[in-house]
Amino acid sequence: MIPSAFEYHRPGDLASAIGLLTDHGDEARVIAGGHSLIPMMKLRMAAVGHLVDLQAVAELKGITVEGGRVTIGAMVTQAELIGHEGLARAVPLLREAALQIADPQVRYVGTVGGNVANGDPGNDMPGLMQCLGASFTLVGPGGTREVAARGFYHGLYATERADDEILTRITLPVAAGGYAYEKQKRKIGDYATAAAAVLLTKSGGKVASASIATTNLSDVPVWSEAAAAALVGSDCGAAAVKAAVAAMLGDIDPQKDNRGPIEFKRHVAGVILGRAIARAWARA
Amino acid sequence: MNDLTPTREERIANLKGMGTSRKRVEDVRFTQGKGNYVDDIKLQGMLFGDFVRSPYAHARVKSINADAARALPGVVAVLTAADLAPLNLHWMPTLAGDKQMVLADGKVLFQGQEVAFVVATDRYIAADAIELVEVDYEELPVVVDPFAAMEPDAPVLREDLNGIMSGAHGPRRHHNHIFLWETGDKAATEEALGAAEVVAEEMVYYHRTHPCPLETCGCVASMDKVNGKLTVWGTFQAPHVVRTVASLLSGIEEHNIRVVSPDIGGGFGNKVGVYPGYVCSIVASIVTGKPVKWVEDRMDNLMATAFARDYWMKGRISATKEGKITALRCHVTADHGAFDACADPTKFPAGFFHICTGSYDIPVAYVGVDGVYTNKAPGGVAYRCSFRVTEAAYFIERMIEVLAIELGMDAAELRRINFIRKEQFPYQSALGWEYDSGDYHTAWDKALAAVDYKGLREEQAQRIADFKAGRTRKLLGIGLTHFTEIVGAGPVKNCDILGMGMFDSCEIRIHPTGSAIARLGTISQGQGHATTFAQIIASEIGLSADSITVEEGDTDTAPYGLGTYGSRSTPVAGAATALCGRKIRAKAQMIAAWLLEVHEGDLEWDVDRFQVKGAPERFKTMKEIAYAAYNQAIPGIEPGLEAVSYYDPPNMTYPFGAYIAVMEIDVDTGEHEVRQFYALDDCGTRINPMVIEGQVHGGATEGYAIAMGQEIAYDEIGNVKTGTLMDFFLPTAWETPHYTTDHTETPSPHHPIGAKGVGESPNVGSVPAFSNAVHDAFRAFGLRQSHMPHDHWRIWKIARDLGLHG
Ligand SMILES: Cc1cc2nc3c(=O)[nH]c(=O)nc-3n(C[C@H](O)[C@H](O)[C@H](O)COP(=O)(O)OP(=O)(O)OC[C@H]3O[C@@H](n4cnc5c(N)ncnc54)[C@H](O)[C@@H]3O)c2cc1C
Repeated sequence: MIPSAFEYHRPGDLASAIGLLTDHGDEARVIAGGHSLIPMMKLRMAAVGHLVDLQAVAELKGITVEGGRVTIGAMVTQAELIGHEGLARAVPLLREAALQIADPQVRYVGTVGGNVANGDPGNDMPGLMQCLGASFTLVGPGGTREVAARGFYHGLYATERADDEILTRITLPVAAGGYAYEKQKRKIGDYATAAAAVLLTKSGGKVASASIATTNLSDVPVWSEAAAAALVGSDCGAAAVKAAVAAMLGDIDPQKDNRGPIEFKRHVAGVILGRAIARAWARA
Repeated sequence: MNDLTPTREERIANLKGMGTSRKRVEDVRFTQGKGNYVDDIKLQGMLFGDFVRSPYAHARVKSINADAARALPGVVAVLTAADLAPLNLHWMPTLAGDKQMVLADGKVLFQGQEVAFVVATDRYIAADAIELVEVDYEELPVVVDPFAAMEPDAPVLREDLNGIMSGAHGPRRHHNHIFLWETGDKAATEEALGAAEVVAEEMVYYHRTHPCPLETCGCVASMDKVNGKLTVWGTFQAPHVVRTVASLLSGIEEHNIRVVSPDIGGGFGNKVGVYPGYVCSIVASIVTGKPVKWVEDRMDNLMATAFARDYWMKGRISATKEGKITALRCHVTADHGAFDACADPTKFPAGFFHICTGSYDIPVAYVGVDGVYTNKAPGGVAYRCSFRVTEAAYFIERMIEVLAIELGMDAAELRRINFIRKEQFPYQSALGWEYDSGDYHTAWDKALAAVDYKGLREEQAQRIADFKAGRTRKLLGIGLTHFTEIVGAGPVKNCDILGMGMFDSCEIRIHPTGSAIARLGTISQGQGHATTFAQIIASEIGLSADSITVEEGDTDTAPYGLGTYGSRSTPVAGAATALCGRKIRAKAQMIAAWLLEVHEGDLEWDVDRFQVKGAPERFKTMKEIAYAAYNQAIPGIEPGLEAVSYYDPPNMTYPFGAYIAVMEIDVDTGEHEVRQFYALDDCGTRINPMVIEGQVHGGATEGYAIAMGQEIAYDEIGNVKTGTLMDFFLPTAWETPHYTTDHTETPSPHHPIGAKGVGESPNVGSVPAFSNAVHDAFRAFGLRQSHMPHDHWRIWKIARDLGLHG
């Protein structure tokens, strides 16, 4: 459990950080909270010649809630996100979900940017950001671009981000309506056996809009348009929930692991989504 | 006499002796991070060793090329079996009479096996060098299932035993067979089972798990070539045995070896055995002339050093229609992994598994245990239990439940009918034990009343009705257990480890000013010996526990003892301590008699002093006597006040308890919630109630983990699937249930202070309580047996298989 040797860099601004990534090519990697990267390095599953620490890059900090939009700096820790009252009012789903990530120790150090950039299907933030319709700002030597969370994830640890780009912030609309993040895990500090994020709005006793995403049920987070569509226009009753679950099950592809076999995960995914919808509807 | 003269009650209280909830003296340093563990030891010029480990569970090692590793700056040596062979240290004896490779000798037999030992100037370089050692493996077929291992055409695992059909414990009937150990009356048991009105049969599996102490195993070996002395600091639960074994293996005379166990961060059986890391560190220190440290990381620990359990227990139990048990039979297939490295008393290859008649008066019984080799890590240690007692308790407590189902009876009532009655003690069990004392009915009734058992059953009946009517998706389980342990190994006449009798010892020196130091042959790993043993001495000799230092673990200073495991410290060393105190008191009485100018027989002991019978105002306190012992020339009495006692217990002790777990179970997700956990322990005389409560909390939490998720799992090609704490379940404060503790007190009749030992009871008792709760929740739907650990998906599968998902 000892990583191989690496050079440590601590740039003071974004431009220098990108410069270091450009200089060292695929030898270099940024480190945020390190709570996904360092375990990988200790297991020697990741070999990093040049570690570029983003802790001193002030541009990557800060949360703003303004004009119906929320901006979260990549280096905001999960604990800071949980503690931000304005954010909790604007997007209560974020706090509910973040409180189910790991444990307080991890959350004090782990960042939001690292969680979404990591590309591990076990991370809770990616599905959450897809549910919320967030977009990520990527800055690289070639400039700045915006990528929708829903188009960011390509496969296990494979994302839209190029190696020399840094994810600088996350932007999302203020989310009105009912919400829920439901997660089954074996213990505190565990990744999800199955988790679901649900946003709903209600109008005249019917579901006016819905967004549904799941965590750790495929090699990428799954934003299920079909599941949401099954709810919209319904009374969110048993039949609609059943249809939404069936639609979600059509989109996921869980794998067997120590948490259990595929059949179990699919069943639990359905139960969890049903509970998330019920809670979101009750809050809508 | 004036107002400041303490009353007798105050004098008793001042001692902080037995029965006092004295705060643990160890905790000041532990809670401040000031403990001194093996990895805190830093010596001048110290080198670090680390292992190249096998990625395969079974493979031939065709070649090892360490040139690149040796060439790395900072690498001092790379040891392989070829380097150890000339010293005859490439294999080492195990505590179970088998032998184990220190470094891979031609083949590897489990994933994580030690292949080469890299020694470098720091641990980072050692870790880099490991990657540079090129090992050419040829994969061989892997056997992870002990039943498959016994098939006629199963691959031969232990080629070193080829053709050797007699083992340390009798004949081997197959190339992967280790021993068959039997006890009881087989014919009479079969006859009783055949004639019985009701018979229940079940396979009960106690899965493979791991003690997983927070501090992993490790050592620092330092050979001083000038004076020829070898010092080894290590995480040893039995330092004196390690010294003797080290001497026998290395040829270094025992007086030239000093073994020290510093603070130990939990052992739970994991730190009893002798590991390749110790041998390699010692050899490396001898070769390099420098101190060498080896400390496992978490993955090493979970993968390679001693696992626990892995017993497949096939049981048959019979009873009359009214529920009186008539016979018990058990056959165990015991998966020992690649080497038989169990840490049991030598004559007991299945430990004390034959305590498996439990708390019940069973007239006839038979046990047979087949030990089997597989491609898994060696071990089979007693994880917070006396040797295989947890397996035994789990087995009988499951069999009772299954029998209750067969009889259509309430399981609490079935237990009550069959308990050994108070007046039957000392009780001779069908499998050969003599239970010292017990009062099971009293404990049981107290436990059932405490949880309102009747009310719980009514609630459960209502819950089942609600579930069937679609009003709830949660079931309620009531898990019962009445366990009897056998601890305190043990009488030297039948208990030894590698020939060393399992006595223990205590030496007490009283200082002139009336404080003392006591040294014992045991070693605390968190049990709080420095607290509780001082309390025993305080009560025996009348000096305050606060004035008594307790020291263990340094073989140069402590008297010889067999160490701490199997709840033996209080039953054995605790007895030695009490008797040693009495020797001190006997001499003190002679001194007091001289000081008071009376005959010894005219004195009586009172709390902290000898007083003249009938004239209590004429007395000498132990403090005064101590001073006199060093200051006065007393005719016919040697100066000084010290004593040493070695204690060979006449029998084991038999703690018992009644545990009840109440659990809510989510049928759809397999999740659970422990609503209530009640633990009544009877450990005989209670030395420190607070320490007992702490032990119960800790042990029950381990038991909770084991029952509900903790396991060492392998895939079909022998890869360890649970090598980190992400997958190996260690409960945090979040998962840990709330416990209610309670007690009865039935002293051991043969122990000097009547104490029985408690450290392991909660692990032994809680596992069946939790597991029975899960089973009980589904009993109404037809569940008989489902193997642990009861993690989410396995509980979900019970519901699925019973058709509860619609
Ligand atoms: C015990 C434990 C339990 C955990 N449980 C959970 C859980 O339940 N749910 C969950 O979601 N997570 C969990 N985590 C992961 C935790 O949330 C991590 O903190 C998070 O995944 C990564 O954030 P980080 O800031 O630590 O990133 P790092 O580990 O520093 O980086 C992760 C990856 O993202 C890249 N990266 C980081 N920041 C940027 C950036 N700004 N731009 C580009 N690339 C970047 C890094 O190069 C690296 O490849 C757990 C971690 C631990 C140790």
